[in-house]
Amino acid sequence: MTSYALFLGCTIPARQPHYELAARKSLTKLGVELVDLDNMTCCAPPPVQSIDLETGLSVAAYNICLAEEADLDIITLCTGCFESLAIANNLLKENEKLKTRVNQILSSAGKEFKGSKEVKHYLHVLMTDIGLDGLKKSVTKDLTKLKVASFSGCHALRPSALLKFDDPENPRKFDELINALGAKSIWYRNKLKCCGGLLRGYADDIALAIARDKIVNTVKAGADCIITLCPFCFLTLDMGQFLIKSTYKEEYNIPVLHYAELLSLALGMEPKELAFDFHKIKVDSILTKIS
Amino acid sequence: MEHPKPEKKGFPEEVRHKLGGETITLCYQCGTCASSCPVGKVSEKFNPREIIKLALLGERQEILSGDAIWLCCSCYNCQERCPQKVEIADIMYALRNIAMKEGKIPPIYAEFANGLMNEGRIVPLSKFLEKKRPELGLPPLKPAGVEALKKILSASGFDKIQQKKAEAK
Repeated sequence: MTSYALFLGCTIPARQPHYELAARKSLTKLGVELVDLDNMTCCAPPPVQSIDLETGLSVAAYNICLAEEADLDIITLCTGCFESLAIANNLLKENEKLKTRVNQILSSAGKEFKGSKEVKHYLHVLMTDIGLDGLKKSVTKDLTKLKVASFSGCHALRPSALLKFDDPENPRKFDELINALGAKSIWYRNKLKCCGGLLRGYADDIALAIARDKIVNTVKAGADCIITLCPFCFLTLDMGQFLIKSTYKEEYNIPVLHYAELLSLALGMEPKELAFDFHKIKVDSILTKIS
Repeated sequence: MEHPKPEKKGFPEEVRHKLGGETITLCYQCGTCASSCPVGKVSEKFNPREIIKLALLGERQEILSGDAIWLCCSCYNCQERCPQKVEIADIMYALRNIAMKEGKIPPIYAEFANGLMNEGRIVPLSKFLEKKRPELGLPPLKPAGVEALKKILSASGFDKIQQKKAEAK
């Protein structure tokens, strides 16, 4: 069994318990131990970086310090958290001057960033600790009828120089992890393009226009559902369909599931053990298709 | 491209010395960023090449008081593809950081800053969902390190940004 410090972030506990539940259940079932540490905070994502980059790095480094003290690598569920923490971790490991400056700031809270731990997205953990073959052997539910449009979101991939996760222009890992469950990841237009989620709250009209593109392209490609990794992408594409309906008078009703939920179903969990009620777009068509 | 007027030469230097802004002067205006931009595809209000051009021409006021720097969706597509390795998305952060220091804080960002300072979270917890956790089979949430965070935000000068906003009014 491998152990990780679970970094939950803000959005998942505040808005998406279905994601947290599915991730905890599936990862635990696969033998990944998740340790909840005291005193973690916000990861300092783009909105905080927009206010002050140096503060963003310091807040991310503070959270990494907590994992260093517990002698654990970090596992993240939220792609935004992964980006903020992995950028800080890798940048500070590479840049001594920046590390000194951040450690000056952290000393006010009695912390020191050492750079002794890794920050991993849970996809990364599935790839390295369980492996595609291990995953295939754990599947008990037949998902082969399912055609899915995968959407990893931007911050699992880019900036690739610091995230070091997958090829930013031709990523494969996420699709391989979907196919390992038996479902079929299909191609659709502009698959790697942003969902627009980060503009929500500042320029809602632009954000919605970008999200609409994503929905239209997945529907046109004949996908049964969209599979996401990031709570912002999920929100943008799931609840976003309600906004698309009221703004554009178009109705798509394509279910959006987090990969952890698809994984939980593949591992044989019953829908009632998960929390699909928190989805705005009902997932019944998917559950029927795999029953 | 054109050269900045002598009195405006300072701005590119200011950006270059800011965290995230270091690569701005490498830009040769090819437009790969603009053609990779998902925001530019749906709105004429945002063009990363144009913002960098204005910055290099020293148009400080136009950039900092305008809407455009806030319309980057931080997808990093442009930055991945830039043939000159200009860190375009990071430059947008650097420009926002400069605007923030002058008290130009969009309301949504002020909300994020308050959440971070007071609760250690930019998305506030929902009392309803916190109560529902045991029923869902989720463990209780661990407390956020608000006290440590306050010290860090004070040491980095973050807490003063809100005061700037009050001064700017």
